[in-house]
Amino acid sequence: MNSNLYALLGLGVAVSFIMALKGLSAPKTARRGNLIGAFGATVATVIVFFDPAIENGHNTLLIIAAIAFGVIVGVPAARKIQMTQMPQLVALFNGVGGGAAALVAIVEYLNLGDTASFGEVLATVFTVLVGSVSFSGSVITFLKLQELMTTRPVVFPGGRFVIAATLAGALGTSGWVIASGGTTPLLVLAGLSLLFGILFVLPVGGADVPIVISLLNAFTGLTVAASGYVLQSTLLIVAGTLVGASGTILTRKMAEAMGRSLFGTLFGAFTAKPQAATEAGEARPVKSGSPDDVAILLNYAQRVVIVPGFGLAVAQAQHTVRELADLLAEKGVEVAYGIHPVAGRMPGHMNVLLAEASVPYEQLVEMEEINPTFPQTDVVLVVGANDVVNPAAKTTPGCPIYGMPILDVGSAGNVIFLKRSMRPGFAGIENDLLYDAKTTLLFGDAKDSLTKVVSALKNL
Amino acid sequence: MTKMDPMVILTIFILSVFIGFEVVSKVSTTLHTPLMSGANAIHGIILVGAILVAAEAKSTLETTLAILAVVLATINMVGGFVVTDRMLEMFKGKGGKK
Repeated sequence: MNSNLYALLGLGVAVSFIMALKGLSAPKTARRGNLIGAFGATVATVIVFFDPAIENGHNTLLIIAAIAFGVIVGVPAARKIQMTQMPQLVALFNGVGGGAAALVAIVEYLNLGDTASFGEVLATVFTVLVGSVSFSGSVITFLKLQELMTTRPVVFPGGRFVIAATLAGALGTSGWVIASGGTTPLLVLAGLSLLFGILFVLPVGGADVPIVISLLNAFTGLTVAASGYVLQSTLLIVAGTLVGASGTILTRKMAEAMGRSLFGTLFGAFTAKPQAATEAGEARPVKSGSPDDVAILLNYAQRVVIVPGFGLAVAQAQHTVRELADLLAEKGVEVAYGIHPVAGRMPGHMNVLLAEASVPYEQLVEMEEINPTFPQTDVVLVVGANDVVNPAAKTTPGCPIYGMPILDVGSAGNVIFLKRSMRPGFAGIENDLLYDAKTTLLFGDAKDSLTKVVSALKNL
Repeated sequence: MTKMDPMVILTIFILSVFIGFEVVSKVSTTLHTPLMSGANAIHGIILVGAILVAAEAKSTLETTLAILAVVLATINMVGGFVVTDRMLEMFKGKGGKK
């Protein structure tokens, strides 16, 4: 292919990525934006086989087979995943991308041998280091979100020194690679970076994991840009930098939505004070009710706000909750959904889940708008949520969610919690609201409970 | 092959940073997750790099690593776009009417 034509097509692809990100920022254009990005990526993948820079290229069949294999693995995973498990899949996709970038850098380094310039070695070191961190860090976030390991911060004695030592080791090895070259130091660097990625994510609490995914996502973008420098590909530089820059902004916005500083997210576990008061939970009395009690409360309310949480998604109760809302609306009760920005596992996750159950968009009210209405609300129905309504975020400095904006459901007339058990939420903190006099608890699977409440309501 | 001028690369890099900041500056909370997922798919473009190094790999070790990179990058890119599309599919019919 003519090299000018190739460069021009590459430019077109870069523009498509800019349009994709722009499109993804607004609800109207989001889907189209994603498709534009996918189209651009496909074009880039096809034309690279005709890259004029490839001299005596080979392995073509093997490469096509590898792509086919990747598609066979990736597409069904993305198609079949439950929407509730989607955050961990995104984490995993991000991790393999980081891994791929690190591998590309290693291979190109082996290939260049002694001809690599200082700048190229520097970019290689950066890619291997950050790509490996992104890979192993993402795997840990996946394990945390999938609840294959504890979601609480993992802190061990002297942990911060081990982490600091690993980072120092990785940086030292980087210097070694730059000074002496060779394969061994590069592989040591990869190993240390993988270890650092693990250690760096372990102390992050479950609720903060999405922020870390977003950060690692931005990291991977930067490694792609660095690989682009080594491979002399403008497209990789532009695309990688776009993701790195937009990912950084997005990470900050997410942290803001959760009322967390980025620093607090990453290092909070080391500075948080241990809480003594939370252990006393078991013995305190709670008021639990029957589905009939709940139905009566709801029936005579003027205004009901439903606060959906991850428990609703797990129980697949979106449709039942909508049935309940419709029934209440028929009876002349004003119904709204109070959506916390991080309800579910990630910002915007709950909107996706409720949209799946075709809950009318007008009923989904964001936190800033719903909070002032709670004093005029008779009943708040909290379905499988806990941390996002936990007053400890306001009252207990030092607890892991302190400072996170919450839904002020405590100012409503009555609060009903549908919960599976007294187990604390994802962040692992006791919720004082559960013991409040105006709180009624209905234990059981969210879907079962809702179904019972619906039939009780029909009989009233 | 002649190498690109470092100043040109730096220019491209800096301008891309500003475009990256600018395009997502007005995103609503609702779209954080799809946007992250979409950006995630875009860095799957490392597939292009993986194909380039695989096509020029010399030793068996290089080929093996490069092919592994192609597989991983494909999963990132294709899976990323598909899962983003699935998320956004849920939003259809109510776009921006808020």
